Amino acid sequence: MAPPIPTSLFSRLYGPRGWMVVGAFALLAFVVFPVCNLVLPKDSLFYISDYRVALIGKIMCYAMVALAMDLIWGYTGILSLGHGVFFALGGYAMGMYLMRQIGLDGVYHMPLPDFMVFLDWKTLPWYWSFTEHFWYAMLLVVLVPGLLAFVFGFFAFRSRIKGVYFSIITQAMTFAFMLLFFRNDTGFGGNNGFTDFKRILDIPIATSGMRMTLFMLSAATLIGMLLMARWIVTSKLGRVLTAIRDAESRVMFSGYNPVHYKLFIWTLSAVMCGIAGALYVPQVGIINPSEMSPANSIEIAIWVALGGRGSLVGAILGAGIVNGAKSWLTVAFPEYWLFFLGALFIVVTLFLPNGVLGALQDLWSRKGGKRSDAPPAGAPTNTKVPS
Amino acid sequence: MRVVLRLFLQCVLCLAALSAQAVSPDLLQKLAYGEADDKLAALALIVAGADESAIPLLQALADDSVQASPDTREKKIILIVKDGKGVDAVTGKAVEPLSEGLEDVVINNRVRKEITTAIAALKLASPDKAVRLAAARELQSNAEESMLPALARAVAKESDPDIKNLLALTQASIQLSTGDKPARMAAISALAASNNPSTKTLLIGLLAKKGNEFVEPDADIRAAAQRSLDTVQSKLSTGERFGQAFTGISLGSILLLAALGLAITYGLMGVINMAHGELIMVGAYSTYLVQNFFKANLSGAFDWYLLAAVPVSFAVAALVGMLLERGVIRFLYGRPLETLLATWGISLMLIQACRSIFGAQNVQVENPVWMSGGVEVMAGIILPYNRIVIIVFALFVLFMVWVMLTRTRLGLFVRAVTQNRGMAACVGVPTKRIDTVAFGLGSGIAGLAGCALSQIGNVGPDLGQSYIVDSFMVVVLGGVGQLAGTVYAAMGLGIANKFLEGVAGAVLAKICILVFIIIFIQKRPQGIFALKGRFADN
Repeated sequence: MAPPIPTSLFSRLYGPRGWMVVGAFALLAFVVFPVCNLVLPKDSLFYISDYRVALIGKIMCYAMVALAMDLIWGYTGILSLGHGVFFALGGYAMGMYLMRQIGLDGVYHMPLPDFMVFLDWKTLPWYWSFTEHFWYAMLLVVLVPGLLAFVFGFFAFRSRIKGVYFSIITQAMTFAFMLLFFRNDTGFGGNNGFTDFKRILDIPIATSGMRMTLFMLSAATLIGMLLMARWIVTSKLGRVLTAIRDAESRVMFSGYNPVHYKLFIWTLSAVMCGIAGALYVPQVGIINPSEMSPANSIEIAIWVALGGRGSLVGAILGAGIVNGAKSWLTVAFPEYWLFFLGALFIVVTLFLPNGVLGALQDLWSRKGGKRSDAPPAGAPTNTKVPS
Repeated sequence: MRVVLRLFLQCVLCLAALSAQAVSPDLLQKLAYGEADDKLAALALIVAGADESAIPLLQALADDSVQASPDTREKKIILIVKDGKGVDAVTGKAVEPLSEGLEDVVINNRVRKEITTAIAALKLASPDKAVRLAAARELQSNAEESMLPALARAVAKESDPDIKNLLALTQASIQLSTGDKPARMAAISALAASNNPSTKTLLIGLLAKKGNEFVEPDADIRAAAQRSLDTVQSKLSTGERFGQAFTGISLGSILLLAALGLAITYGLMGVINMAHGELIMVGAYSTYLVQNFFKANLSGAFDWYLLAAVPVSFAVAALVGMLLERGVIRFLYGRPLETLLATWGISLMLIQACRSIFGAQNVQVENPVWMSGGVEVMAGIILPYNRIVIIVFALFVLFMVWVMLTRTRLGLFVRAVTQNRGMAACVGVPTKRIDTVAFGLGSGIAGLAGCALSQIGNVGPDLGQSYIVDSFMVVVLGGVGQLAGTVYAAMGLGIANKFLEGVAGAVLAKICILVFIIIFIQKRPQGIFALKGRFADN
């Protein structure tokens, strides 16, 4: 039996300890990092370099994707292998705006983006119109992934495609999009994608101040998404989602239509990815079709699985661990990174069904001598895993 | 023995004398001293004589390396001079030292052009096919009316269809540009018989417009050209369609090979094996190793290394597959999403292992001699032997799998475990061992696919990645648990892909196919061929 939903929103989302963690994170992101990066001198012990700031900003964007993935996979039991596409689409929408912001400062000093000049195009394709407006680009960031997910999900869920079939067709979608964006004629820079950004909102992009602004914006968005996701999973809606994961037929027999719930959470998840992508691109400074490769999308699943499916903080933790390890290992031992990642996939699926967080909670409760029968909040029951 | 030798020597001497006397002194005089018109007349005679041995002299003339003593001298000497050494053009004997006061034989551009054509015409009479082909090609670009008789002779004599086609085309184009109306009409209708793509260009040229005026003023000729063009075009497009169908079937058979193993592991056993592509890669690298072994130790039998590579790649991939099943997949039965992730991890490790061992670059796998080349079924449509071999090989593997599944005890067990694991265990089927063996079989077939792929594509660490999405599409489209569905889906996808490629280009074709599959699965999630019965809904 799940505990009854508390009445106060504040206490419903997190207990005192949970809020303290969120608060500590906010303190780190909004006070410690800006001070250590901008105020402290560079030779100070506590100085945080621009590289670190950009790296952690990037990982926070990944964490948003992990949150989105956790909502759809950890809570609703639908493994998407297409979240990389939504992420990249959001990134491309942002990238279009940033490309327009370059203005005449490109290599060819033409009003068109450099790659179009290179392809000898004379005018912008129609789908580039209005992208010079920031608000319109932001609209695209939300609408494009959202609309794609809605249409795709509508047909898929209506025909009751689930389990592995759904995963495989999302992968096919990912593959198709990657091929499409690799084409030069598609009008998104082909192989090279978008890069060499100069300004955002007419402010130069490559400054410490802008980097810190984007960093704090990412942190704020991440916290916002976490609270929103927490609000969803602790609501009645969240319970229906979990029920769909564990026994979809029974949900149907109880008079719910799973299609609506799945479609809602699927579209929301895609929009979250799009926003994450839009924050990612100005911080990393490049977006290209390799972000859409099927491998990237599967990697998202392992972040969530490592951190702990069905635990929102776990998903964030997982994204942090894997990407932290990636940025360290790919520099220190480039040839072992794939071994490590591959082994991670195997070890997590075989030995850590509830992820790191689940394992820690297990350890904690065993130490305390009280074994809770119920798995950690929202974690999938492993005897009958959603298929 | 001595007699034979002497005979041989005599023959050689005879031949040498003949070649030296290829051009009669009379003609030679004209060529060397005559006016341009005299020279042309002499050339025409030489061409009419169709004697190949005049080529060196003509070539020398064209290269400005013929020298002659001045016209006024009593004794006329004509030498072919090369690198300071002279050869008498009449007798073919070396002349040393070079006589004093020799002058270059000067030829003007008109004659020079004529000489080149004459050489080509003479070459057309050569017994060597390659020489004839080269000459025919050369003629095509600079043919003149004067060549018509020689061409007609060559066309009549020519036995090789390619060269004959080329010559006939040249002949027709000369007639078209110079002849009177009946001759032109005849030439146009003769062109209709050709199935050469350049005929099309020629005919289209006749129908072209310059501004508002037709280039060709005569309406009859235009109509005839249009008729011939239609005939040629329909023939060409038939050939093109045939070629596309063949490459489609070839692609289909490759997809079939890649997907057959998956049809067993996924279709029958329900295991999502994302490392399937890497098992294909393992098969391809096994083939590479076998090839290297043969190269180093059994170079005499190198052409037959594939026969050894087939069982080896099967065995290696099957072994890797069985290890995977025992080590990882066994613990994840019934949890397909976890299986998907774990096998993806395995695939990453296999790719990296391959990179560490063999390097990130593609390795070279050579075709055996008997697989290179191809058979030409019509002009421009060549069916490569390696593709044909792969189609046959795919059919063979398909047949073996079918026999294995339907005619053997193991196949019976596999099907029993697929349909009802508990019941099969109750009647004494060792289900766990069957799982391992079946997975090994599926992996082994992936290895065979790798062996086949190594013959037509690059072998590199990323080989498997490019096939994994495709093979899943085939299995999903064909319907899970169905061999027939897999075959239809593979062939259908292969052929559809190639035909779309002709219309939309490779990438768009691929995208269209993926979109089609996504839509198709929405409509019919169970694939083309659904299993009937209770377990179909699971």
